[in-house]
Amino acid sequence: MSEAKKISLLYFAIFRDLAGKREESLTCQASSPHDLYQELQTRYAFPAFGEHLKVAINNEFAAWHDTIQDGDTIAFIAPVAGG
Amino acid sequence: MNAPLFSISHEPLNCVALENLVRDPQAGAFVSFVGWVRDHNDGRKVLALEYESYEVMANQEGERIVKQVCAEFNVLHAICAHRVGQLALGEVAVWVGVSAAHRAEAFRACQAIIDHVKHTVPIWKKEHYANGDAEWVHCHHCATAREE
Repeated sequence: MSEAKKISLLYFAIFRDLAGKREESLTCQASSPHDLYQELQTRYAFPAFGEHLKVAINNEFAAWHDTIQDGDTIAFIAPVAGG
Repeated sequence: MNAPLFSISHEPLNCVALENLVRDPQAGAFVSFVGWVRDHNDGRKVLALEYESYEVMANQEGERIVKQVCAEFNVLHAICAHRVGQLALGEVAVWVGVSAAHRAEAFRACQAIIDHVKHTVPIWKKEHYANGDAEWVHCHHCATAREE
């Protein structure tokens, strides 16, 4: 069984609109960002998961199946549209 | 040159000041790309744009891109600045400037920078349409946020 981890989430763009907030702190059981995303989909109407979505952990691009550590800051990166 | 290679600005970009940052007596060429807010996209009439960024990561990734392009092309200086917030039609959204001894490298490096920035930097764009809808670009499949 995974331990509960305290994490911070940063919401940008479409995720900010759907979550209704820019950030939140929570305790999660999910071991990976992928599992965390699925957990959050039950709370917010986040879009279907797909490879076009990226994730960052502690301000670095990460992999969806990386291990979440206590104290991590996680952000979901929707398809970018700068420039 | 001590200015950051990539920066996010919450204020209108000062294109003249940016150009001055890449001036160099060794440069015979200066090439810049300026992105303006356009009045249409995908057949829809656009009234305004909203840019949002994950600023810490945007600055890191943007700097990485400019450094990589400078290492790849024989240029003297390169800078990219991107505006965020609410932008009206015709406003400057992004500025890329490159100085080099000769123009061929300056043109190529300038194009490379904006192409890479558009591809990977965590910046998002919401279009506000004439019919009142608003949508995050590239997120057609996601919920569209109706203007309140």
